[in-house]
Amino acid sequence: MHTFEFIRPTDSAAAVAIAAQAKTAQQGADSRFVAGGTTLLDLMKLNVETPARVIDINRLPLDKIDATPDGGLKIGATVRNSDLAHHPTVQRDYAVLSQAILAGASAQLRNMATTAGNLLQRTRCMYFRDTAMPCNKREPGTGCPAITGSNRMLAVLGTSEHCIATNPSDMCVAMAALEATIHVQGPEGTRAIPIGDFHLLPGSTPDRETVLEPGDLITHVTLPPPIEGSRQLYLKLRDRASYEFALASAAIVITVAGGKVTRARVALGGVGTKPWRSLEAEAALVEKDANEDNFRKAAEAAMRDAKPQSENGFKIELARRCLAHALHIATTG
Amino acid sequence: MRDDSQSGLSNPAQQSFLRTPEGTVASAGLANAGTNIEGAVAITLRINGKDRQLRVDPRTTLLDCIRETVALTGTKKGCDHGQCGACTVHVNGKRVNSCLSLALMHDGEEITTIEGLGTPDALHPMQAAFVACDGYQCGYCTSGQIMSAVALLEEPCGPDDAAVKELMSGNICRCGAYANIVAAIQQVRQNN
Repeated sequence: MHTFEFIRPTDSAAAVAIAAQAKTAQQGADSRFVAGGTTLLDLMKLNVETPARVIDINRLPLDKIDATPDGGLKIGATVRNSDLAHHPTVQRDYAVLSQAILAGASAQLRNMATTAGNLLQRTRCMYFRDTAMPCNKREPGTGCPAITGSNRMLAVLGTSEHCIATNPSDMCVAMAALEATIHVQGPEGTRAIPIGDFHLLPGSTPDRETVLEPGDLITHVTLPPPIEGSRQLYLKLRDRASYEFALASAAIVITVAGGKVTRARVALGGVGTKPWRSLEAEAALVEKDANEDNFRKAAEAAMRDAKPQSENGFKIELARRCLAHALHIATTG
Repeated sequence: MRDDSQSGLSNPAQQSFLRTPEGTVASAGLANAGTNIEGAVAITLRINGKDRQLRVDPRTTLLDCIRETVALTGTKKGCDHGQCGACTVHVNGKRVNSCLSLALMHDGEEITTIEGLGTPDALHPMQAAFVACDGYQCGYCTSGQIMSAVALLEEPCGPDDAAVKELMSGNICRCGAYANIVAAIQQVRQNN
């Protein structure tokens, strides 16, 4: 691990001011906020992350879960994933979020990992994690060996000729289906970013994963008020029963009235280069009968633009079945 | 709980084992531990109920601090990347992977390691259950398994074996003692 200066600011403004000196908040950043450390320390040991300054935000007052005036929920940046998943309001009103978090990582990691850290979780692509290999995300312009190499776990949606790395988060998939908003404090003030706009597609700049700029500190996430009468589900398919990243997953928030779908929010995990909200699946569901034929059509719509790599073509049908089955369980369970 | 006299540090052979190539004692839980490390930062960790005033390189993980600086070697290093669970300790009562945390992030916090659970003469019920149920073979993962299992007792967990397996999935046992580990945990839960 490279040496670094460890800084523990006493308020958010000080944390922002220190981080604002960096040239980038993306890959290669020389300042990093640390909360749980489960991604950052892992990557610092591999020399994938080599920050000169590590800014500890654990003592900032960002660890609360509160109701918002409009009936939604405000989740602090440093709320631990386990505390979020077990929070009674989350379990009651945002069950898909609780299920997604508990489907990810291990109990120890969930006790450490935070809301903001999970939003910024890095890909598990083996070429990104290995500094002996080229990687456009880690070192722009060096190439993507995954495209002709080991890509079974990698993405089929949102890929580019420069990068096919999967976003590994479960939490973000549920937050996409819940239409979360990410709140950031930066050098120019605060701003709110819909989760769909937060993560970037790799395109020709896979080193840029989010819209965050130097000094931007995620302070909290808000969820809109729960949808009356909606059913929610997170279904995750993986190589082993626990403690494994998704091959395909689906987060569903759906409302059915009189046998018809009146509202649907659908997001997919394990298959996209970012947490994958599927407007196509939602459009295919709304105002249609809630039945298996229509669930299958929605699943086909979700994967219409999917592009298989040499080893992961199976994910396209797996994701279709995952989504169709999740819709079935959510609407009949 | 063990004190320093039981940790083996008075043994010269073990002290020499802790020497760096430069010949300075880099660890051993001595009062001046770390004074010669460039850029070292002073922290206090309350480990197993005892305040430890330490100086650590900022890069030192909580795991390396516990093992090398404080010389409590019951906590094990397996993968060093949060994948195996051998390094599991409790921070403020919650189980964590000590390999993925910096020691100085825990300044002033309460750490419990396997040495803080019981003693050879007075085992923690979970330690006794692992012995009774033969919940190990080589033993390398065992302290992490037991630290996880003790924390699990305080977490939401369904009554059946499947729920225990799910919540213990962050602790890998290469020998494959899983069936007996689950049996040990269930024995303690049923007696609680």
